[in-house]
Amino acid sequence: MPEAGWGAVHVVVMLLMPLLLAAGLVWAERRLLALWQDRYGPNRVGPFGLLQVLADAVKLLFKEDWIPPRADGATFVAAPAIIVTCVLAGFAVIPLAPGFVVIDLNVGLLFLLATSSLAVYSVALAGWSSGSKYSLLGGLRAAAQMLGYEVFMGISLMGVVMMAGSFNISRIVEAQQGLWYVGPQFVGFLVFFVAGLAETRRLPFDLPEADSELVAGYHTEYSGMKFGLFFIGEYMGITLMSSLITLLYFGGWLGPWLPPVLWFFIKTFIFIGLFILIRASLPRVRYDQLMGLGWKIMLPLGLVNLMVTAAVLLAKG
Amino acid sequence: MSPVLSALRALWIVFRHMFRRRDTVLFPEREPYLPPRYRGRIILSRSPDGEERCVACYLCAAACPVDCIALEATEDETGRRYPKWFRINFSRCIFCGFCEEACPTYAIQLIPDTDMAEYHRPNLVYEKEDLLISGPGKYLDYDFYRVAGVAVGGKGKGEAESEDAPVDLRSLLP
Ligand code: SF4
Ligand code: SF4
Repeated sequence: MPEAGWGAVHVVVMLLMPLLLAAGLVWAERRLLALWQDRYGPNRVGPFGLLQVLADAVKLLFKEDWIPPRADGATFVAAPAIIVTCVLAGFAVIPLAPGFVVIDLNVGLLFLLATSSLAVYSVALAGWSSGSKYSLLGGLRAAAQMLGYEVFMGISLMGVVMMAGSFNISRIVEAQQGLWYVGPQFVGFLVFFVAGLAETRRLPFDLPEADSELVAGYHTEYSGMKFGLFFIGEYMGITLMSSLITLLYFGGWLGPWLPPVLWFFIKTFIFIGLFILIRASLPRVRYDQLMGLGWKIMLPLGLVNLMVTAAVLLAKG
Repeated sequence: MSPVLSALRALWIVFRHMFRRRDTVLFPEREPYLPPRYRGRIILSRSPDGEERCVACYLCAAACPVDCIALEATEDETGRRYPKWFRINFSRCIFCGFCEEACPTYAIQLIPDTDMAEYHRPNLVYEKEDLLISGPGKYLDYDFYRVAGVAVGGKGKGEAESEDAPVDLRSLLP
């Protein structure tokens, strides 16, 4: 097939894969949470309850699409679109297998960081435009939370970038031929993982949503498929973070015997499962605890990791 | 360090629950066990000799906190009271069991049956034919008229259990 043909295939796959995965994850998360709570979860609609997602989607589509009278209409409508667009854009630089990537950007990692942090605009704008106190509080928290973790997220990644000598994600994976970066960059991995939890606004850092105090936080006022988009955005965000962890620290598609794509998905799914397990077990942290964790523990840890990595690399020459 | 350890321990504990027995009962395929005194659908029972136990005293209707019992009393030719009609609106009933507590004759009883979902509300209004069963329910040999002092057809004054024959007041005169 000519080059352009393959490009089109990549684009279609990278568009459909996250969306389908997000839909599947709604089901998977409910089943897994149930599993860890001694329940069964949705198991009625279709085999293993797999069609539950379809039923939910139909339900969401037929719900009244309501815009509260005090909301700022245009922003209110745009907010859910922003999160999906940003996360989908991030998938453009994710390589599933050698050469299987939409754009092999030289600054892929920077691009990814940029798009995934843009998603916070969606949350902040949704909170602000809803014209509701709960939403506003959720949006404010999202913005402040982003300031808290975005810094150490970037810093934790710099160790990997220094070791690979490139921002290109495919190159970073190839540089892990001998040794996955989770070994030398273990501290960086931990810091990045915590940042990833905060970035996807998952428990224990789901302060912008905080069902028990803010009703549903930034998407309190959303109904129908607009709410659905936030949902899909969240699950795609989890997929993006998990694949990023896989690519940067666990050798991406590298692995024996099985085809590379399979390795990539196996590793990604393990991290998605971990995200869900964490949601099942850890309580939400308080607001000041999150800030303290970010600025007083994670940031120094990230900086130390950065300096030690730099020193070791320098000493090796 | 201890918050990190406790978080890891929480993850491990929750993960282990994967291999536990499920608490859920898969309902339509598997019936859950309901104890005999479970408060479910309401029935009206009969005494051991097959007569209606209810004496239409209205106590259950008065005790019901949601006012879902309605009935009308009447009497047969021997003076035995019974409800002309008896209606329970199960769309309002909260299955509290107060009616059973209030009933002096063990007539009204809650039984372990919960399958009474309906698509139409009026179908949840049960009439006496729907409520009355042919047996004595939970109390096998209790018969109100056999212990009560009133005279009804087939049982005169003084014939009840542990009841003395009526005293002729005039014979006590000096
Ligand atoms: S169970 Fe409670 S609510 Fe139902 S009929 Fe009896 S008294 Fe009324
Ligand atoms: S069911 Fe019992 S409480 Fe109710 S009217 Fe009949 S005898 Fe009285």
